Amino acid sequence: MHIVVCAKQIPDPETPPSAFKIDAANNKVIPAQGIAPVLSQFDGIAAEAALRIKEANAGSKVTVISMGAESAQAAIKQVLAMGADEGVLLNDPAFEDGDSHTTATVLAAAIKKLGDVDAVFCGRQAADWDMGQVGLLIAEDLGWPAAIIAKGVTTGGAGLQVTRVLENGFESLEAPLPAVVTVSNEFGEPRYPKLPQIMAAAKKTVTNWKIADLGLDAGAVGKAGSRLKLERLFIPEKGGKVELMEGDTPQAQAAALVARLKAEKIL
Amino acid sequence: MAHNILVVGELAGGEPTSTTLEMLGGAQGLAAGGSVSVALLGTGATAAAAKASGASKAFVSDDAGYDAVKAEQWLAALELAVDQSGADLVLIAQSSAGRELGPRLAARKKTAVAMDCAKIEDSGGLKFTRPAYGGNAMATYSISTTPAVATVRAKSFEEATGAGAGDIVQLPAAGASRTNITGMEQAVSTGLKITDAKVVVSGGRGLGAPEGFKIVEDLAAAIGTDKAAVGASRAAVDLGWYPPSQQVGLTGKVVNPDLYIAVAISGASQHMAGCSGSKTIVAINRDKDANIFGFAKYGIVGDWKVIVPALIDELKKG
Ligand SMILES: Cc1cc2nc3c(=O)[nH]c(=O)nc-3n(C[C@H](O)[C@H](O)[C@H](O)COP(=O)(O)OP(=O)(O)OC[C@H]3O[C@@H](n4cnc5c(N)ncnc54)[C@H](O)[C@@H]3O)c2cc1C
Ligand SMILES: Nc1ncnc2c1ncn2[C@@H]1O[C@H](COP(=O)(O)O)[C@@H](O)[C@H]1O
Repeated sequence: MHIVVCAKQIPDPETPPSAFKIDAANNKVIPAQGIAPVLSQFDGIAAEAALRIKEANAGSKVTVISMGAESAQAAIKQVLAMGADEGVLLNDPAFEDGDSHTTATVLAAAIKKLGDVDAVFCGRQAADWDMGQVGLLIAEDLGWPAAIIAKGVTTGGAGLQVTRVLENGFESLEAPLPAVVTVSNEFGEPRYPKLPQIMAAAKKTVTNWKIADLGLDAGAVGKAGSRLKLERLFIPEKGGKVELMEGDTPQAQAAALVARLKAEKIL
Repeated sequence: MAHNILVVGELAGGEPTSTTLEMLGGAQGLAAGGSVSVALLGTGATAAAAKASGASKAFVSDDAGYDAVKAEQWLAALELAVDQSGADLVLIAQSSAGRELGPRLAARKKTAVAMDCAKIEDSGGLKFTRPAYGGNAMATYSISTTPAVATVRAKSFEEATGAGAGDIVQLPAAGASRTNITGMEQAVSTGLKITDAKVVVSGGRGLGAPEGFKIVEDLAAAIGTDKAAVGASRAAVDLGWYPPSQQVGLTGKVVNPDLYIAVAISGASQHMAGCSGSKTIVAINRDKDANIFGFAKYGIVGDWKVIVPALIDELKKG
């Protein structure tokens, strides 16, 4: 079984809101000073799901791929340290400023080039733009079935057995291989690599594929190939000023709040 | 400009869901002389078309094969509905099903989708505004291809009013699907849904233990079991203290009750993305600098362990 994990490097989503700044003129997020970019959280969980399948199926392999800047090597290395076998970075100026569709085009081309892939695991959404569509667009590009927002995935039956999180419960789904699965936080925490694994991963070479390696046309990727255009990025307004309920005792504070809510006919 | 809009409806117990009616309401406003159609698939679809206010035409199939959404079956039918409606805008709910249908339908139609839209307007072309960066930012997009596809967050539009669809077009019965649903487990829901309740009382990691939710539930009960439901932050859900079906936020549910009470929740942007539309937010947190106080109208700085029981006492006084 050969599983590809798609991993994206993003600005740390736990950045405190006060440190979150945007460059409105260029519709870009200004990286917060001193806060390093991270592996998108759900992608680490997707890697965990892939590694558990590898461990349960002898002879399996996990390849991690990432499209992004040179710095995305760090995200790849993190998944290698977790136990993935190989890493591929898709870094080319032609890929920049694309949309979900062009990202999927690049990732799908890399998956086709790898050739013998049985499954692709993605995060449910990249925790920067929160789109939640690249995995599905890869599935459509490759013509594969998909199962999204998984909290469990194992091999068995016709291929994969997936438990999905729905609005009001869970669904068990069987998908034949090859297939795309997107993994959600309900799956559980990813493993923490230990120091020797981190050191071994640091020594591993990451393959770098450019646009020519993937046989893609420059007009089909990056900004040129985008269909979704970001017109405006802004920080939403918060509510007004909070009114704190004063009182010498909790009972007095509680009484003040209830009185307030009753006066406003909210309760 | 006039738009021909196709709303991909969802049914619950044979009725169009509230999000379906909201999308129809949004479509009514955006059509500007164009047409509004609705696609309804599954048991009772034809009957439900009459309740799809604001749509003039309905693309339906009553085949029960569509009831549990298998995306490939739905996509085949929706592609037909898109073609036959001549839609230049397709609206899909940001639901379990819609999260999958939106991107895949867009790919099949060689176009793009804007996910999780909170606002859609026509100002020199269609503009789609959605939260990004966990709700820290809002991003407005345009789509250069047609049809433009958008998934729509719950509570983003007022529900449509008026007559339902009179013109009925049949779609084929459900076709093949490579994936197969082998089981379904409904979340055990006692009482009101958080998406319907007038008051939502949510607990967070600061409750310290699952037992904390007992007291949050007592607070909801003191407000009234016919009014209040209990939600949770993702941190509390991830710890296994409360079921995922009750999670409020970006990757959980969107609620906009009259009153949202956040107990021991820090107010991370991803949490607020699911509740900042609430009319009044009340925060109970021992940290006076917690982000939640930036959104709350009323707050109590203190330990929930003493504040919440005091509130329950106060409410019981009547
Ligand atoms: C991509 C992504 C998606 C996410 N989606 C969601 C989502 O849908 N919903 C969501 O909720 N989160 C989501 N999160 C997580 C979010 O970023 C926060 O981590 C989470 O909301 C924190 O939950 P919390 O406020 O309960 O916990 P914490 O941040 O730990 O806050 C606990 C609060 O309790 C207070 N407290 C502690 N003890 C007491 C006491 N005794 N009395 C009173 N107050 C006390 C503390 O002061 C603190 O403010 C997402 C994150 C990412 C990256
Ligand atoms: N640049 C990228 N490189 C690798 N994987 C990506 C990239 N962008 C998106 N993905 C994958 O697709 C998932 C969904 O991304 P999105 O649709 O952008 O929310 C992510 O969780 C990743 O698994």
